[in-house]
Amino acid sequence: MAGVIARRARKQRAFRWTVLIVLGVFFLLPFLAMVEFSTRDPQTWPLLVNWPELSERYPALSEGILASLLQASLTALLMLVLLVPTAVWVRLRLPRLRRLVEFICLLPLTIPAIVLVVGLAPVYAWVNYFLGGSSVTLVFAYTILVLPYAYRAIDAGLSAIDVKTLAEAARSLGAGWGTVMWRVVLPNIRSAVLSAAFLTVALVLGEYTIASLLNRTNLQVAINFLGKSSATMSVAVSLTALLLAFVLLLLLSLLGGRRRRASAVEAAPAVPASVAAKESPL
Amino acid sequence: MAEIATTVPQRVAKPPRLRGVTTLLGTVPFFAFVTAFLIIPTLVVVFGAFAGDEGGVTLANVKALGNSYILDAFGRSIALSLISALVGAVLGALLAYALTTAKPEGILRRTVTAAAGVLAQFGGVTLAFAFLATIGLSGFVTVWLRETFNFDLYANGVWLFELPGLTLVYTYFQIPLMVIVFLPALDGIRPQWREAIESLGGTTWQYWTRVAGPLLAPAFLGSFLLLFANSFSAYATAAALVSQGSPLIPLQIRGALTSEVLLGQQNVGKAMALGMVIVVSVVMTLYTLLQRRTSKWLG
Amino acid sequence: MRLFTRTIAVSLAATTIAAVAACSPPEKKSESAGTSAASATSAAGLGGIDKLVEAAKAEGQLNVIALPPNWANYGEIIKAFGDKYGIKVNSAQPDGSSQDEINAANQLKGQDKAPDVFDLAATVATANVALFSPYQVATFGDIPENLKDANGTWVNDYGGYMSIGYDSAKVPAPASLADLLKPAYKGKVALNGDPTQAGSAFGGVQMASLANGGTVEDITKGVDFFGQLKKAGNLLPVDPDSASIQSGQTPVVFDWDYLNASEAGKLKTWKTFVPNGAVLGSYYVQAISKDAPHPAAARLWQEFLYSDEGQNLWLKGGARPVRAEAMQKAGTIDKTAFDALPKIEGTPVIPTEAQNAKAKEYLAANWAKAIG
Repeated sequence: MAGVIARRARKQRAFRWTVLIVLGVFFLLPFLAMVEFSTRDPQTWPLLVNWPELSERYPALSEGILASLLQASLTALLMLVLLVPTAVWVRLRLPRLRRLVEFICLLPLTIPAIVLVVGLAPVYAWVNYFLGGSSVTLVFAYTILVLPYAYRAIDAGLSAIDVKTLAEAARSLGAGWGTVMWRVVLPNIRSAVLSAAFLTVALVLGEYTIASLLNRTNLQVAINFLGKSSATMSVAVSLTALLLAFVLLLLLSLLGGRRRRASAVEAAPAVPASVAAKESPL
Repeated sequence: MAEIATTVPQRVAKPPRLRGVTTLLGTVPFFAFVTAFLIIPTLVVVFGAFAGDEGGVTLANVKALGNSYILDAFGRSIALSLISALVGAVLGALLAYALTTAKPEGILRRTVTAAAGVLAQFGGVTLAFAFLATIGLSGFVTVWLRETFNFDLYANGVWLFELPGLTLVYTYFQIPLMVIVFLPALDGIRPQWREAIESLGGTTWQYWTRVAGPLLAPAFLGSFLLLFANSFSAYATAAALVSQGSPLIPLQIRGALTSEVLLGQQNVGKAMALGMVIVVSVVMTLYTLLQRRTSKWLG
Repeated sequence: MRLFTRTIAVSLAATTIAAVAACSPPEKKSESAGTSAASATSAAGLGGIDKLVEAAKAEGQLNVIALPPNWANYGEIIKAFGDKYGIKVNSAQPDGSSQDEINAANQLKGQDKAPDVFDLAATVATANVALFSPYQVATFGDIPENLKDANGTWVNDYGGYMSIGYDSAKVPAPASLADLLKPAYKGKVALNGDPTQAGSAFGGVQMASLANGGTVEDITKGVDFFGQLKKAGNLLPVDPDSASIQSGQTPVVFDWDYLNASEAGKLKTWKTFVPNGAVLGSYYVQAISKDAPHPAAARLWQEFLYSDEGQNLWLKGGARPVRAEAMQKAGTIDKTAFDALPKIEGTPVIPTEAQNAKAKEYLAANWAKAIG
């Protein structure tokens, strides 16, 4: 048995590195092109790292960056608060609503952003009336935009654990629904929740159309505006923004992964009942 | 004998009608939010599709969808979305699987996942620019191939701005998206199942077709659906790459809503958006039917 | 039971949706809506230009839209205005088309981010006159009658001619339009946008029509030219912008002469030329929004744009200001900038609305076929 496992590990390693190298080259080449272009103007990178001068010359940029960071964190929060309880609740108590919720969560993807803005404009007129016209109010629209990806990730995570058994076990021991969500289900779908948060942050940092058409600012709007003054600078800023988003996500994964060891022990017994039944030699 | 005091609190069963309502209440926050920010905008667009220029109700906009150039655009959009979703799903699933074979806490997996998160939303003018700078007519890869191997990438015509080129550009964000969305499902596969198969004398093929495959199928299909919808409504990248002729539906919609040359097309744009919603609904129905099929395999 | 709860839920939802979608929030009564600035049709209506400056400074902000910094020197104009009066200029949607400006005005109506002023293509302006507020700037009399609305609801601001910009380091200099069909230009020629959407690309087709013996209303020859360009493999469907020009992805671009001229500042080898006998001119149009959140600032902006300073700044950007004749007579025009404008051979043709309408009909029916 050990020989089989060792052979498999070797095959997997070879497979892993082949896939990573081939796809890695595919993904890195355009970045090389961007780096090359951004260095054509020798003043671009020195100015970029000189933050005080940069924000003086392009004040819109710092506004956009701040707005985007706020939007990303608030959207992730709102998405989690809204989606995780609903996904669990629907799975446990309202299985007939599952298709409806799935369709609703896929709807934002079917409507292109430019059309969505036409529909969002009257709703945002009300948001404006109650909450003012700051760029942070885009969080509501962004939560909608992120629904398809986040729901899919959370749903995939929920399908991998036996929520029903876990919830019933917890409830029969006297736990309230809050405890079930927070202390039983959530730790088991940590990987899925993290994926959903990833997608949210990445989406908000990369979103352009809705912010632009509602005349608000965010990172991409600021970069686009910058591109009108200096093409090399906008490519340099894009690269930096991507790099910073990457670092942010890496930190997020380190934050979320630290408690993995503890939850892995909790999660191990959660083998779907159907599979367990199949695997039994009896 | 005196009753033993129960230490476990008993839940009193609620009357059936009330139970249904309180169960539904749990979903109210979600539905309220979604109604305000998604359903209402969708309805505004749908009603707009049937609105006449003077304010009445008309079917002219919907009839305009039957024009050959709009139908062609729909066809091209669907083809592009299906192909890029398929390529993205397969390659993304392979990459995701490759990641699960690595150490779960390791730096490799964290780095690749973070990179995938970033790349999944990388698009628009920047991506189009980067791609042209790489593989465009004067991109450095094209030039390198021509000079080193005497191989002209565009000998048989410029495919970069047609379906093959657009598919290539789209897979750039489809593959990372697949990785992010599919990885949680792969994480649910326990190594014990593999070991169980092996201890029973099964082969890798049997493992994949009888155990892992059917278990992963629903998540794979769901992710494929997501990739399809993502590609179908993607517009910024295509707008930058192919600004002539609007071959895709989102580009047609953009033209109808914001053209400064042919005015008065706004409601046709909304009708096209309605068409897009219908296409995705149809695909979703197919997905549901397929799901029911695959869930049969789970017994 | 299920049916009961379901019907309740659905009917509740339907009624809320209908109710909310139907009404719009109450108008926030802002000070500016009530002041005289919103209805002033000239500086005199407010008590003189100084009062206007005061009122504008009190508002403190100006929302402009679709004004890229490298378009006719708007970057400098915006900065000069902001520095001169201490008013913060919020520039939204620099890539927007004229229709985007109108859409924003409609969608953001009553909000403080709605655009104050518009810079539009003539067609879009004439179709949306109901959204504008008439205003006559101090120099209104200098502007030729055919280039403004009698009440000042819209006024032409600057214009240019359709030109071909090219990178002399990457392609040979074309002597005429027909040269662009040669193999040396394979995969190198781009139009600024799709003619059925963008005014600059539409102008490009009209110019091609003029160059090949057609007219601005019968653009058959123009559409055919681009069809040939596509067949020869010379036409790039890419949307050209500063980055693509500088990186060499789009070495030949059809665009307004002031836009091509501004690229020369960044790319030394970029040249502009207007083909002989095919001079297609077009003016853009300035207007003030009726629902402007900052009406005094909007009017002050107009005064600034039509003053000598504003007009010369546009001239610096390579565009032809509408008061050019009057300023030449008065000697206030920037001579160096004026002489630096691309030379044109032949009589400029500025299409009328009727001519444009005919051309658009043909275009809508035939462009996709020719290019696709």
